[in-house]
Amino acid sequence: MMLYLYDGALNVPKILEDWYAQEATSNYGAYIPFVGTVRSEDGIDGLSFDIYEPILEKWFSDWQEKAKAKGAVIKMAHSRGDVMLHESSYIAAVFSPKRRVALEFIDEFVEDFKASAPIWKYDLRDGERIYAKDRSTAIKGSGILS
Amino acid sequence: MVRVEFLGPIQKKPLELDITNLNELANILQDDSEMQEWLENSAVAVNDTLVSSRDFELKDGDRVALLPPVCGG
Repeated sequence: MMLYLYDGALNVPKILEDWYAQEATSNYGAYIPFVGTVRSEDGIDGLSFDIYEPILEKWFSDWQEKAKAKGAVIKMAHSRGDVMLHESSYIAAVFSPKRRVALEFIDEFVEDFKASAPIWKYDLRDGERIYAKDRSTAIKGSGILS
Repeated sequence: MVRVEFLGPIQKKPLELDITNLNELANILQDDSEMQEWLENSAVAVNDTLVSSRDFELKDGDRVALLPPVCGG
């Protein structure tokens, strides 16, 4: 499983370097990372995350299979708990033999991540942890109990 | 018994219920005032697999999870 979860902010240079080293001799022509960093907006002090790992692992493993079918590999790192302004909470990267597959995959993967991965975001504000409801997306198929 | 867990921001303790399908769970949660804001926008997983219909049989020991709207990254 190339899914890495950490408590608190990600050590971005270390993770990118480790992933580079892991695939250095795998004969991939492209390594395309996406790094998500917490921005200062609306007076927040940072963000905080809850993750439900069993479903995240299944979701990720389905994507890994799709990548594999195209000769590519996906790696992903995400934070649990608090991540302050200008720190990073998310890295996704695709390695592929040629650039086009990786460029397309990183786009599709990050979009589906936003819509489907079982991770909940909270704003940190004046010591409070407030669910970012208006920025969240209902998972496809929601509402069957209503 | 079926264990029902509420994930992320739903501030509700897990329930242990004697139910045999998701329809029964829907009836119980629809009568729960704490759950009104969550039923419409939550997905449902049984034993960590998302399900798409409430016509779903449950057996003793199953685990149901409610997943409210997500926002990773």
